[in-house]
Amino acid sequence: MAQATPNTEKSKSRIGKFVSNVTFWRGVVAILVFLVLWEIGAQWKGWFGYMMPFVGKVAPPTDVIAIWMEVGQQSGYWLSWWLSSVRVFVGFLAAMIIGIPFGLAMAVNKYFRGIFFPPFEILRPIPPLAWVPASIIFWPTTEMSIMFITFLGAFYTIVINVLGGARSIDVQYLRAAQSMGASQWDLFSKIILPGTLPSIFVGAAVGMGITWEVVLAGEMMSGGGQQGGGGLGFFIWGSYMGGVMDQVIVGMISIGVAGYISSSLIRYLGHVCMPWRRMF
Amino acid sequence: MTETSILMEVKNVSKAFGEDWEREKVVENLNLDIKRNQLTAIVGPSGCGKSTVVNLLAGFESPDSGQIMMEGEAVSGPSKDRLVVFQETALMPWLTTYQNVTFGPKLRGDMPARSLKEAADRIIDTVGLREFKDKYPLQLSGGMQRRAELARALINQPLVMIMDEPFRGLDAMTRQLMQEFYLRLCEEEARTNVFVTSELEEAIILADSLVVLSNRPTTVREVIQIDLPRPRNLNMLSSPEAYDYKRHAMEMLHEEALKSFSGTESGSDFLKSYAQQP
Repeated sequence: MAQATPNTEKSKSRIGKFVSNVTFWRGVVAILVFLVLWEIGAQWKGWFGYMMPFVGKVAPPTDVIAIWMEVGQQSGYWLSWWLSSVRVFVGFLAAMIIGIPFGLAMAVNKYFRGIFFPPFEILRPIPPLAWVPASIIFWPTTEMSIMFITFLGAFYTIVINVLGGARSIDVQYLRAAQSMGASQWDLFSKIILPGTLPSIFVGAAVGMGITWEVVLAGEMMSGGGQQGGGGLGFFIWGSYMGGVMDQVIVGMISIGVAGYISSSLIRYLGHVCMPWRRMF
Repeated sequence: MTETSILMEVKNVSKAFGEDWEREKVVENLNLDIKRNQLTAIVGPSGCGKSTVVNLLAGFESPDSGQIMMEGEAVSGPSKDRLVVFQETALMPWLTTYQNVTFGPKLRGDMPARSLKEAADRIIDTVGLREFKDKYPLQLSGGMQRRAELARALINQPLVMIMDEPFRGLDAMTRQLMQEFYLRLCEEEARTNVFVTSELEEAIILADSLVVLSNRPTTVREVIQIDLPRPRNLNMLSSPEAYDYKRHAMEMLHEEALKSFSGTESGSDFLKSYAQQP
């Protein structure tokens, strides 16, 4: 009978593996090329006397980096990082804690689904920005209002993914378990829950991205803080209001980086929690 | 001499699916005896409702009329006494081979930890997967997955094992190896087995009795006792006896299969051209 030898993994430090990875360098090169093109496009007018559309209107990356260096010396900027991260994290966590059981309940119980799915679907397309006025009335503090906005951003995506994931579990797993004597609770805890895990992580990664997308909407109502410490979203809004376009770009890239780090963390967590999905 | 009294009895079972106005009969007046310690192979033309018969036997579906009895009691739902091995694989992708094999006993908690470990190790050895016990299903080849699936079923010591085209989707070579392996497994230790397949040769070489199903709505067309000597091997398929069984069953299966082509224009064209072949 054919016997494949189990593949032996080379022992190498995680960082070493990461840095020697072709994919990693491909990403680095892509970002560098992007920056160079941006620089050329933004400088085009000065060099050749003709303004490039769109990119010609923004500051070149060298200017942005110079501004970033300045901004980076202000504690307010870093306070903004911290505040936005807390708002995103709390909203996201609440969305997970409420969204996962809610999605699972809709997946396994048709009565529950029948009652809650229609209102859920009506609420889902409402953009978080539209919730800002309501959120201000609902919650006693501004901080809570902002977190409610980030919560909404992640909640719908998580629920939809959990519901879809749990509903698409192959009925054969359930029948196989049943024919080995599984109770309803066994089916839920030993088949539906692990079977939904991949969708939970997909929903979490996408939902995390959306919380960063909507944090600006929430922070518009924060009214700022000392030295621009109103969060990264407010940092952008405030800079725009003050007409400092270079700072707007710093804020935009900051949110991009923060979102990328957060999603990477979730993907890594998924990697750790689902060993059966990492053999390729 | 092993005991071959009747274990399961299917009595006048009918089953239809769909809403009232377009209800389609899939099984009609099915009568069938499953004998203890025998392998009952069920063959039928493609799409005749074999999987529905499996679901009825297992208790995943209940009959519209008629009854399925097991040791004098009516079957009313799935139970570990009637264990099903599915088409393709139903191994849980998130469990290792070992965890999959111990899934049933752990679930029920009916085996002390130490004897469970011994039984699992022994059964994993039997199916030749010792080196792969900590691998996940996706890391196994198709043939290994089927053997893991067999191990997971065997450890539960069901009263009857119901196999729903268990070797479907394997390449020809692996399929043959699995048939030989399964033949040995059955001859080493007597078990009650219902083996559903669309491969006639596979059915003949494994079976003690061969049930030929009719086209949809399906019912038993004929039961053929297969008296090939045991222990068997795949070479016996070229013996005159096996050839006779095969020809006889094949004729019936052809007739039944062609029924699903008649009634449509393209179907009758097909029948005409089919009849012209030598």
